[in-house]
Amino acid sequence: MLGYYLDLAVRSLRRNKILTALMIVTLALGIGASITTLTVLKLLSGDPLPEKSANLFYARVDPNPLEGYVPGQTKPDSIMSYTDAMNLMHAHRAVRQAAMALIDAKIDTQHPNDHPYFADGVMTTADFFALFNAPFQYGSGWTADDDESRATLVVIADFLNNKMFGGANSVGKTIRIDDRDFRIVGVLKHWAPQPRFYATDLGGHDYGDGDAVFMPLKTARSLDKGPQDTECYASVSDLQHLESAPCEWLGMWVQLDDSTAVANYRMFLDGYAKQQVALGRFKRSETSLLDLMSWLSDQQVVPNDAKLQTYLAFGFLLICVVNTVGLLLAKCLRRSREIGVRRALGATRRDIFTQFMVEAAIVGVAGGVLGLVLAVLGLWGVRHQPAQYASLAHLDVEMFLVTFAVALVASLIAGLLPAWRACVVAPAPQLKAA
Amino acid sequence: MQIRPILATLKHHKAGTLLIALQIALTLAIVCNALFIIHQRLAHLSQPTGLDESHLLVIQNQWANKPTKGDISSLLADDLATLRKVPGVANAYATDGYPLSSGGITYGIGHSPDKLNFVSNTAIYFADENALPTLGLKLVAGRNFRSDEIGEIGGRDKIAPQVLIITSELARRLFPGESAVGKMAYVSDKPSIIIGVVERMQTPYVDSAMAQWSDCSTLMPFHQLVTPTNYVVRAQPGQLDDVAKRVRAALYAANRLRVISPEDGVKTFAQVRAQAYKSDRGMAILMASISVILLAITAAGIVGLTSFWVGQRRKQIGVRRALGATRHDILSYFLTENLLIGVGGVLLGGVLALGLNLWLMKQFEMARLAPGYVLAGVVTLLLLGQCAVLAPALRASNVPPVEATRSV
Repeated sequence: MLGYYLDLAVRSLRRNKILTALMIVTLALGIGASITTLTVLKLLSGDPLPEKSANLFYARVDPNPLEGYVPGQTKPDSIMSYTDAMNLMHAHRAVRQAAMALIDAKIDTQHPNDHPYFADGVMTTADFFALFNAPFQYGSGWTADDDESRATLVVIADFLNNKMFGGANSVGKTIRIDDRDFRIVGVLKHWAPQPRFYATDLGGHDYGDGDAVFMPLKTARSLDKGPQDTECYASVSDLQHLESAPCEWLGMWVQLDDSTAVANYRMFLDGYAKQQVALGRFKRSETSLLDLMSWLSDQQVVPNDAKLQTYLAFGFLLICVVNTVGLLLAKCLRRSREIGVRRALGATRRDIFTQFMVEAAIVGVAGGVLGLVLAVLGLWGVRHQPAQYASLAHLDVEMFLVTFAVALVASLIAGLLPAWRACVVAPAPQLKAA
Repeated sequence: MQIRPILATLKHHKAGTLLIALQIALTLAIVCNALFIIHQRLAHLSQPTGLDESHLLVIQNQWANKPTKGDISSLLADDLATLRKVPGVANAYATDGYPLSSGGITYGIGHSPDKLNFVSNTAIYFADENALPTLGLKLVAGRNFRSDEIGEIGGRDKIAPQVLIITSELARRLFPGESAVGKMAYVSDKPSIIIGVVERMQTPYVDSAMAQWSDCSTLMPFHQLVTPTNYVVRAQPGQLDDVAKRVRAALYAANRLRVISPEDGVKTFAQVRAQAYKSDRGMAILMASISVILLAITAAGIVGLTSFWVGQRRKQIGVRRALGATRHDILSYFLTENLLIGVGGVLLGGVLALGLNLWLMKQFEMARLAPGYVLAGVVTLLLLGQCAVLAPALRASNVPPVEATRSV
């Protein structure tokens, strides 16, 4: 029976080519626009570390003066001072913990004629790699002892290793960064979480390539590497010694494996803030411990424009569907006589309904295919935008399937009203009129 | 034209009528808000910086061999001398930032040394006596810096300038109704004397969060001895492109120990502006294309459904013609019918547009939709409907009276 309906539907669609083309193009435009924007939104609001994000927490305390403080409402600053970060680190109250800030690293190329260039880097502490499940291609990270001894060693990213050493195992070799020789202890596999969650408030970009070099915090500071972002909560005269300045410049992440650990750490953090208030260092006892995804939504990492575009595209799709309903309705009412004849020859209402739904589904599948082409074109357009996330905009298998689901659902919804109107056509008057 | 028979006919075509009205309503809701967003974005990106942008280019220079503060002092002077010797260069100065550069130092400025008790936020630009002529800033009161006033500071030194030049907007906030020249203001724990007021100089930021003080800038008489340094270069009229090509080679020829990024180390101010506002421009273009496509789809939908109605009613039209209706009567029947549906659609659409705007205001901190946009949208959609219906209506008016006698 389905074969017969398909045949009927194709005949009917062929009979009025312009109307059919109009329906398919309309639906395809709506679907192309929605899938393009939805892919970008999904990319931007995705989970950067799906296997671990539930166990990663971002800790904050508030060393600001009392002015402007509303208890329970004022949020702590998004970064932390060195004193607080080290106090929390040395307490070892979480499974793993790391403090970090972003740096610019000047990298000397091996070739004497090439200019040196600047690459993004992170200065952090030993747990960083295990904490974030950063995968190693060669070697490993450094130890807590290396942190303390200010060892001049470095972990480099795969793309830097490819560029400098042609992708070979470079562990043990030296690389010249900021006119100092660093020993390479590890080379990462490709690692570029999107968004770059650990750097959202440290003064770097949120999306795009990962960092090129990772070096121990104290080593970097002893070479006078400055963090990319510094916020001071009191007057400062000496920004050279950031460790003792009343300034915040570090991000602090901890790993907590279950809800008891989270509750305990929260209590510890509150206790720490109260202790600092008692010592007179803090005026506010506010703290915050957000898991990774809550932290990202708190930071509103996803650009508003991307959301606005997605809403707009779905509004557009809605209008396209309404338009298709109108055109399908016009088509099917025009065929009242044909329906009358079919009913008189024994077709049930159900048969007629199915026949028209099949016709709508064909329009939907055709619209989906064309919409997919438009979405691929749209994403190609996004990739040629100067946005940070541009190079990441690709259609994945999931979105490929979603496209067809959206197309079919949209066309079937569009087909419902016309098909129902068709199946309630009374056969007798139609036959009489003929 | 009698409206009652039209309404009676529309009652027989409830579904089609409602669909056209709904489509007009939704299109109106989206198009009004899209137009409003386009207008806002265009207003944002056409905000003047106060600079003579067409003659400017900026160079970002990083020193490669970690020079000390003292080294940079002479390197900076050498570079500025080198730049001034490049053919076509009118003037140049070194600074930490410039309008639309989207990064830099922000301070509070006020009447007391208390850090938390300031009058306004202000962007800080380091400048020398060549900054005003290079940027083409208009001095509205007071004087420019003198060369003997220009100090030197390291990257992390305390900033406590003796004298300041501020923008007129900042002067108005600090000293409403009075002249700011000669008065004192605090940006550090020591007072600074305002010696000049420039008409306008935008801050480095284009974020909406900083829009409150986007014209509040302060120029401080310092050479900042850090890396990277920005050089702002003014080209002689008509020579900007030539100068842009020459400066990199000239700087490298003078001193190789530096990094000027091959991609964006040298930028004309037009490129700086395009980069700062790229998302605003992209959004405006997207909104405009979506609006045009939506209007086209709505028009196509109206043509489709009306064509069907005309086809369905050929016999009735024939009967009306036979009973004495003129072609003009038939034409105006369909035009009026469309106008009635259109009016219903825009009434609903106006409500939807305002509702959508309220929701956007809540979600994206957008401004309230001005009624002019809804009005413009209403007129556009009604006209669009009339144009779309014209072709099928003309076809209807060409139906001959003899059609009444045909059985099919």
